[in-house]
Amino acid sequence: MKKLTRFAWPYGGWMMLFVIVPLLIVVWFAFTNGAGDFTLDNFISMKSYGKVFGRSFGLAIITTVICLVLGYPLAYIMSKLPPKKQGVFVLLTMLPMWMNFLLRTYAWLTILENTGLLNRLLGALGLPLLHIINTPAAVALGMIYNYLPFMVLPIYTALTKMDHSLIEAARDLGCSSRQVFVKVVLPLSLPGVISGITMVFVPGVSTFVISKLLGGGTSMMVGDLIDIQFLGGAYNPNLGAAISLVMMIVIFLFMGIMQRFDDEKGVK
Amino acid sequence: MKFLQRFYMGLIFFFLYAPILILMVFSFNDSKNRSVWDGFTLRWYEELFHDEQILQALLVTLSVAVLSALISTVLGTAAAIGIHNMKKGPRTTYLTVNNIPVMNPDIITGVSMLLLFVFLSQTMRLGIFQLSFFTLLLAHVTFNTPYVILSVMPKLRQMDPNIYEAALDLGAKPRTAITKVVLPQIMPGVVTGGIMAFTMSLDDVVVSYFTSGSTSQTLGAYIFAMTKKQVSPEINALSTIMFLVIFLLLVVVNIRQEKDKQRQARMRKRY
Amino acid sequence: MKKICFVLAMLLLLALPMTGCARDYSKEITVCNWGDYIDMETVKAFEKETGIKVNYVTVQSNEELYSKMKMGGVSYDVIFPSDYMVGRMVEEGMIQKLDFANIPNFDEYIDEGLRNPEYDPQNEYSVPYAWGTVGLIYNKTMVDEPVTSWSILWDEKYKGQILMFDNSRDAIGIALKKLGYSYNTTDETQLREALDELKKQKPLVQAWVMDQVFNKMESGEAAIAPYYTGDYFLMLENNEDLEVVIPEEGSNYYVDAMCVPSTARNKEGAELFIDYMTRPENIAKNVEYISYSSPSEEARDLMDPEVADRPICYPTTEEMKQYEVYLNLPYDTRMLYNELWVELFAN
Repeated sequence: MKKLTRFAWPYGGWMMLFVIVPLLIVVWFAFTNGAGDFTLDNFISMKSYGKVFGRSFGLAIITTVICLVLGYPLAYIMSKLPPKKQGVFVLLTMLPMWMNFLLRTYAWLTILENTGLLNRLLGALGLPLLHIINTPAAVALGMIYNYLPFMVLPIYTALTKMDHSLIEAARDLGCSSRQVFVKVVLPLSLPGVISGITMVFVPGVSTFVISKLLGGGTSMMVGDLIDIQFLGGAYNPNLGAAISLVMMIVIFLFMGIMQRFDDEKGVK
Repeated sequence: MKFLQRFYMGLIFFFLYAPILILMVFSFNDSKNRSVWDGFTLRWYEELFHDEQILQALLVTLSVAVLSALISTVLGTAAAIGIHNMKKGPRTTYLTVNNIPVMNPDIITGVSMLLLFVFLSQTMRLGIFQLSFFTLLLAHVTFNTPYVILSVMPKLRQMDPNIYEAALDLGAKPRTAITKVVLPQIMPGVVTGGIMAFTMSLDDVVVSYFTSGSTSQTLGAYIFAMTKKQVSPEINALSTIMFLVIFLLLVVVNIRQEKDKQRQARMRKRY
Repeated sequence: MKKICFVLAMLLLLALPMTGCARDYSKEITVCNWGDYIDMETVKAFEKETGIKVNYVTVQSNEELYSKMKMGGVSYDVIFPSDYMVGRMVEEGMIQKLDFANIPNFDEYIDEGLRNPEYDPQNEYSVPYAWGTVGLIYNKTMVDEPVTSWSILWDEKYKGQILMFDNSRDAIGIALKKLGYSYNTTDETQLREALDELKKQKPLVQAWVMDQVFNKMESGEAAIAPYYTGDYFLMLENNEDLEVVIPEEGSNYYVDAMCVPSTARNKEGAELFIDYMTRPENIAKNVEYISYSSPSEEARDLMDPEVADRPICYPTTEEMKQYEVYLNLPYDTRMLYNELWVELFAN
C-alpha cells in the first residue's frame, strides 16, 4: 500500500509550485513597497477602502439571501416532481452556465438600460420608467442571475438524498405538513443550504466583472479594487496584494465558520 | 397549489433564460447596435467564419480546455489513488491544499498565478514562463485538478479496500493491479472529473484574463475586452451555435440514458 | 509511476509548439493599440506585403497600458501611448530607441511641427500616429441650452445623463480646467480641490466609460460626454443629433505615437510596421477611418476633403492657444493621481 502513495507526489510538487508559492509571493508583495523594502503601509492605507469592503459584503449578503429565498422553493418544487421531469429541470438549471457568463450579463444591459427593452415595454404600457442600470441594484441583480443555480443545485441534491421514511414517520406520529417541513425537511436540507450559501457568497464578494458591466463605475467592489491595482488604471501591485490577502483571509474565516456550523448540525 | 408551483417555476426559468434568448435573437439583428432591432440577417454567422481573431480565440479556448482536462485527469487520478492510501496526517494536508484553488475566489487565483509567472520570468529569467499559451495551460491545470480529485476520491472510498491486495496476492504485478482492477472501479469518477475539468476550463474568464498575456487570448478574455466597447454580433452568433451544440449533446445523452434504462427494465422483466 | 510522469511530460510537450519556446518571433509582431483605432485593412495589407503576422490586441487607456507593461507578463512589439505616457515610459526605460534608418518615412512625411516634441526632445523613441483634441459631445435633443463650459457636466438638470472619462488623467484634468488650473499642476491642494469637484459630480454621473461611450451616446442613453473629438464623427454617423464643442476654459491637445517597448521580441518587424503605417496613403486610410487629425500634410492631401478639412480637427495657430498638452508628471504627483482616482470610486 505504501508504494501507492507515490502516485500523489507529482501533484504534490505541482501544488507546491502553483498553489503554495504563488500565495507566498502574494504575502511577500503585501508586506513590501515598490522598492522591495518591508512595510506595513499597504495595510495602513487600506483603511480608506472600508466603504468598498462594506459594499462588497453588503451586496454579497443581499445576493445570497435573495438567492436562498428564490432558490429554496424552486429546489423544493423540483424535488417533488416525478423523477423523469426532475432530470429535465436539473439540466435546465445547469444549461445557462454553459454560455459564457460575460455575455449573459452583457445581455442584461440591453434589458435594463434607460432606453432598454424593459423601459420600452413599460413606456408602451404607460407605466413609470425604471432607472436600474449603473446602480448597486443592477449589480445585485446581475449577481443573483449568475449565482442562482449555485444555490438551487446543492439544496436540490440535499432534498433528494433525504431519507423519506423519516417524513413518513413524522406524518405517522401526527405532524402537520407544516410541522413536517419545519422539523424534518428543513433541518435535513441544511447541509445543502450551507454549501449553497458558500457557493454564492464567495464569488459574489469577489466579483469585478459584473460590477464593472452593470455598475458603470458607480459601485466599486473589492474585486475592482484589486483589478485596478494590477492591470487597471492605478498601478500598485503591492497594495493590490495586500487587499487580496485580507480578502482571502476573510473568506477562509467565513468558510471555516460555515464548516463548523455544518459539523455541529451533523453531530446533533 | 400545483398551478402556483408551475407559475413560480415558469417565472424563475424565464428569469434565467430571458437574457440568453435576447442574445440569440440579436445574433440575427441587421445592425451592430445591441438594443435596436433592424431586421433579420444571417450575415453575422457568415462573417464569424472569416473573423480570424474570433476563430483564433476559439482555437485557444478549445485546445486549452482539452489539454488541461487531459492533464488534470491523469495528474488528479494518480494523486487521488496516492492520497487515498496515505495516513491521516499527510492526507489531510494534501486535501487542505487541494481545496485552496476551489475555495479561493477566481481573482485571487488569477492574481497570484500572474505574480508567480512574472516572478519566474522576470526575476528568475526563465523565459518559458513569459505569459503565453503555456502559462495559461499551467493555470488551467491548477484550478482543474482539484475537481478531478474531488470526484475520484468518493469512488475510491466506495471501493473494497482489499481488492488491490487480493489482485497482488493472486500474482498480478502492481501495474496490472492498478490498470485492470483499480482503474475500472473508479472509472465513472475519472470521467466525471475530466468532464468537469473541461467545463470549468471552457467557462473561465477571470484566471485567463490574468494569465494569458498578449499572444494567446481565450474566448472569455477576448469577450471581456470586447464588453469594454461593444460586443460584436458575431460573438452572439458563435455563442448561439455553441449553446445549441451543447443543448443537443445533452438531449442525445439524456435520450440514450432513458433508452438504456428502458432496455434494462425490459431485460429484467424477461428474466 | 514512471508511466504517469511520461504521460504528463508528453501532454506538456504537445502544448509546447503552441507556446513561446518553439515560436519563431521574426515572422510575427504583437501590436497593442486603442480600441477601434486603425483600419484593419491596412494591417492585412501589411501582413500580405511583408509576410509578418500581426497579433492585434487592444487596451483602454494609457494607464492600463502602463500597468500591463509594468506588471511584466506581456510582450508587445508596437504600442500607441499618448505624449505624456511616452515621456514617462522613456523615463522608466520601458521603451527603446528606434532605428530611424528603418523608418525613412518619418523624415519624408511627418510634419515639422510634430517633430522633436517635449515628451521626446531628440525624437529618438516615437513616431506620431495621429493627434487630436478633447471635446464635449452632447445630444441636441436632450440639451437645449448653448454648451460652452465644462461646468455643464456639473449641472443638476442632467443628473443621470452625464458620462465621464474612465481614466485618471482625463477625468481629473477636466476638473482642473473647470477650476481654471493647469493640466500639469503638481500642487497637491489644487489636485485635491479637483478631486472634491469630481466627488461633487459623482451623484450626477451615469457611468464612467471609455469606448462604451459610443453605444451610449449613439442610442441616446446619455446626453453629455467628454471624449476625443475625432470619435465624435464616428458617433455622428449613427446619430445625427450629436454636436461637439471645445469648452471656453480650454481643453487638451494630444499626440498618440508609435513606440517599441524594451521587451519587444521583434524590433525590426516593429519598425517595419511603424514605417508602413507612416506611408501617406496608409496614414490617410487610418485617419479617415478613425477621424482624428493627420500628422502629415501629404497624407491630408490624399484624404477625402470632407474629412481632411474639418475645422475642429485642424485648429488655426490662434485656436491652438486654447489647448494645453499633458506633460509627464513627477513620480509623487503620479502616485497622488492613483490615490485620488481610487479614492473617488472607493467612497
